[in-house]
Amino acid sequence: MLAFIVNRLLRSIIVLFLVSVVTFTFMQLVPGGPFSADAGGRPRSPEVQAKLEAQYGLDRPPVEQYLTYMTGLLTRFDLGPSLRQKDFSVNELMFGTNFWADPLHVPVTVSAQVGLLSFTLAVLVGIPLGVIAAAYRNRLPDYAATLAATLGISIPNFVLGLMLILIFALGLGWLPVYGWGDNWKQTILPVVTLGTGGMAFIARLTRASLLETLGADYVRTARAKGLRENAVLFRHALRNALIPVVTVLGPLLAAWLTGTFLVEHVFAIPGIGRFFVTAVFDRDYSLIMAAILLYSVVLVLANLAVDITYGFLDPRIRFD
Amino acid sequence: MESRLAPAREGAGDDLPDAPTGLWREAWRRLLRNRVAVIAGLYILLITLAATFAPLVTPYERDAPDFDHTRAAPSIEHPFGTDPLGRDVLTRIIYGGRVSLGVAFVGALTSMAIGLTYGAVSGYLGGWVDDLMMRFVDVMYGFPMLLFIILTMLVIPPNSGTGLIMVGLFAAIGLVSWPGMARLVRGQFLSLREQDFVVAARALGAKPVRIITRYLIPNSLGPIIVALTLSIPSLILTESTLSFIGLGVKNPVPSWGGMLADGWRAMRADPHLAVFPALAITVTMLAFNFFGDGLRDALDPTLRGRG
Repeated sequence: MLAFIVNRLLRSIIVLFLVSVVTFTFMQLVPGGPFSADAGGRPRSPEVQAKLEAQYGLDRPPVEQYLTYMTGLLTRFDLGPSLRQKDFSVNELMFGTNFWADPLHVPVTVSAQVGLLSFTLAVLVGIPLGVIAAAYRNRLPDYAATLAATLGISIPNFVLGLMLILIFALGLGWLPVYGWGDNWKQTILPVVTLGTGGMAFIARLTRASLLETLGADYVRTARAKGLRENAVLFRHALRNALIPVVTVLGPLLAAWLTGTFLVEHVFAIPGIGRFFVTAVFDRDYSLIMAAILLYSVVLVLANLAVDITYGFLDPRIRFD
Repeated sequence: MESRLAPAREGAGDDLPDAPTGLWREAWRRLLRNRVAVIAGLYILLITLAATFAPLVTPYERDAPDFDHTRAAPSIEHPFGTDPLGRDVLTRIIYGGRVSLGVAFVGALTSMAIGLTYGAVSGYLGGWVDDLMMRFVDVMYGFPMLLFIILTMLVIPPNSGTGLIMVGLFAAIGLVSWPGMARLVRGQFLSLREQDFVVAARALGAKPVRIITRYLIPNSLGPIIVALTLSIPSLILTESTLSFIGLGVKNPVPSWGGMLADGWRAMRADPHLAVFPALAITVTMLAFNFFGDGLRDALDPTLRGRG
């Protein structure tokens, strides 16, 4: 098991290295730069641009820039200065100016909270919904669950967010319109907004996968030896049916933990989702790199967690 | 049609009492029996035709302002109301379908073309080439999709015309969303290439290109078509998201995401400006999902009612 984890992490380092190289190359190729316009959007003169680029080392050869960045990151966990938000380092933008004083209210952890709560909601409702649909195949509960799930994957989360705000915040006044971390009521709308799509997706996948396993020989054997339907369903079929479901949970968790631009935008949540969009518009190279690397690292860890979960679901899967 | 697909997977119609018919004709009949899928398919056909022939079916000019009737609520003359310039919202939604559906269709085809070629080569060759190509797919998955699309879109100069922006959207979506299709095709090919009819064809001296185009692709076509159909709603969503962020086509050319973003700012005073674009996006995505589900059930009856 330990050898498996170490092996996987070593291989992941290669993937992370390639991701950083591709990102860096791509940023060199994309036209425009962080200093081509000033804060008001007016174009800067070439002299000023050159001076700013020199100040941030962007005039150095690309390989040297890359090595400088990577050295800083790996030796000091220094993600470099933000090229567009003067006076802020990327570390400060993502982890706050004083992370340890209040670690739960900095952008990275705010996004992670939104993501983790939504993920929990999606899994805790999505899987049972899929199980109910499969257990009552082609009967009323199945039709209701399938319809709900198809609706759920078809409604974009920004549309759902706007609807929920209209009804529960502006209309009924039960819940706040925006914000995060001041009181628990602020968590409900964003988490439902983000969680619904994933919940519906998980429900559809669980249903499909469970129906497939319910047709397998070992399930027929289990039934033939007189096991009650519940025991067949939960002890024999569901464990195996969950393997494809768990597979998609890795990327889903990674995407949600690292912030969702539109949900954070709609509910004015101070997370890191916005960096994935604004940094690209701004050509804020160091912030783009940090966002992509953060996502990749979380993805690697989430996929590792998925692989370890396989072992619990199916004892035939061994880590050697 | 069936004769061309002679080496199709056997047993597809065995459970039916009728005389043996082709896989595709049988699938078509099963599809027609699925009422939800038929309605969804008709809706898709209808909006596609309406968007294509927009000038013929819309009651108003796309950009014609009418300052006597600005921000009008839905009425008989303007079923979806009018916007702050007095432009008819229904007309603009129909025109907006050109961008939203066009980007989704062409984006899906682009991503299929790349994914199919890549997956075909990887799955057909197998071995270390396959290993290497799949590692690259892993690296592609390592990128956050939205960020990567935006990065690709930056290649298009700002203030470009609608045509260039559309091409940018096709390219960005195609370049970013192919790995899923590549994995699907590779998986299909890996399992098919060891089957007897393929081995027999190879033994008879068929060349790789012929094996891929005549044997492997036709037999993988069902899952590919289903994946293609079910990818369209997520591409409609991607286009809407990009327009919502401001990366899509520019005013006065309408797109559903752009209209929603505009309408959203006036949400409290004129909800119809946000509600109808939101409905257009949601109902269309729903239709493609229902149709895709129906298509899957029709093409692979052993999977009926799954997913």
